[in-house]
Amino acid sequence: MMVLHYWRALWGVIGRELLRFVHQRERFISALVRPLVWLFVFAAGFRAALGIAISPPYETYILYEVYITPGLIGMIQLFNGMQSSLSMVYDREMGSMRILMVCPLPRWFLLLSKLIAGTSVSILQAYVFLGIAWLYEIQAPLEGYLYVLPALILSGLMLGALGLLLSSFIKQLENFAGVMNFVIFPMFFMSTALYPLWKIQESSELLHALAQYNPFSQAVELIRFALYGQLNEYSLIYTSVAFMLFMLFAIIGYNPSKGMMVRKGRG
Amino acid sequence: MNNEIALQVEQLSFAYGKKQALKMVNVDVPTGTCCMLLGPNGAGKSTLFALITRLYDTREGAIKLCGYDVKRNHLQALSQLGVVFQQPTLDMDLTVMQNLRYHAALHGIGRMQASQRIQEELERLDMYERRKEQVRKLNGGHKRRVEIARALLHEPRLLLLDEPTVGLDMPSRKAIVEHVHAMAEEKQLAVLWATHLIDEVYDNDHLVVIHRGQVRAAGCVTEVLQTTAAESVQVAYDTLTKEVRG
Repeated sequence: MMVLHYWRALWGVIGRELLRFVHQRERFISALVRPLVWLFVFAAGFRAALGIAISPPYETYILYEVYITPGLIGMIQLFNGMQSSLSMVYDREMGSMRILMVCPLPRWFLLLSKLIAGTSVSILQAYVFLGIAWLYEIQAPLEGYLYVLPALILSGLMLGALGLLLSSFIKQLENFAGVMNFVIFPMFFMSTALYPLWKIQESSELLHALAQYNPFSQAVELIRFALYGQLNEYSLIYTSVAFMLFMLFAIIGYNPSKGMMVRKGRG
Repeated sequence: MNNEIALQVEQLSFAYGKKQALKMVNVDVPTGTCCMLLGPNGAGKSTLFALITRLYDTREGAIKLCGYDVKRNHLQALSQLGVVFQQPTLDMDLTVMQNLRYHAALHGIGRMQASQRIQEELERLDMYERRKEQVRKLNGGHKRRVEIARALLHEPRLLLLDEPTVGLDMPSRKAIVEHVHAMAEEKQLAVLWATHLIDEVYDNDHLVVIHRGQVRAAGCVTEVLQTTAAESVQVAYDTLTKEVRG
């Protein structure tokens, strides 16, 4: 019976997240417009400026738009993870988080359900983006669209767990702007989403090291390789470990006796 | 009346850092009883609710829900509990039905049973006709009714209400107060109702007056009136809260 309870609760949380997503059409559109602007405007503009040499998983010279596409999928998931974290802070301020927290299920499971729900939404967005990119003639091998699914699940979970972890630290909604400035932008720009590691190394060793150890870079590389039917084992392990660590700290953060819930005071 | 204790709070203390919010609080709520928790703002009512719902962990003292310790057996304990929080906690973008289905899923209630329970609870509160309406479009009183229906969906044995009538007009308040009192008797439900509105107290209710984190008086209304030698609950309340201030 307990398994059935968990199953129903998980679908309840996912269903709610999808319903909310459908109701908030502007959220869906803005989630798509952002990477599309990067693809159609930024990447097109830099096509000539940035030459991309042949490097795995690519077997030939590629256009900058092709290089940037996995990075933009990562961007969708990064923003989605932060959006979920924002909605957690909002739910906590508004009180609806309490409804989730007082239901008779372990807190780790409730957080994991939230995370899976958020990741499902981000995967939906990523595939719509890939579909539009396909029409723009940025096309990966057909099987790549299947192989990328597990990569999207893992990267979505990792970035969502980071969002959860941050939401356990953010006391008020207003502090969220700080997260944008200090987490999303540095993570995105100091990564392999926009330029390959060797290119970064040419300009700065420090930036190269930061980009290399940035979990977002590894998530992007995991997606990039999967999209071309290859497995980047280092990225897989790095992203998995990062996911487990973020999740563990998020669970501690939401633990009523150990984490931020206590330090936050009156809820 | 059955004397089984649905909620037992024993020697409960809690502090936010150095600020003591609750000191050695004892509260018992038997089944079939409405226990009104009276206290001014900042008295510790919300902290007590946060501890009962395990938003914070109990460090000193114990809380038992239908015999289950909230700290040690929190899943069993929470399954006995229905809550209406002070802040509205419905999802405004979803319909009444979608909100209630979400809650049913969180409590592991299957679709068929959920539909039946939702219909029962909404009909009891004259809200079934509005089940397809978006919550955002409901007025304050109707939103509260939906929250009460939601709190009762999984048939809890203890209902916690944290100032549920604040901001409502008189007829809506009266309807909710009457409904909850009737439910307590009819379903042998234990109710802990935090309020500072004295007119919500019925003569056969239990009373707990809390001030500055301490229980100043507890018992049925007549007992509290006798202890304080007061003619009315209002006078008793004023005496119990002024005494300390002065």
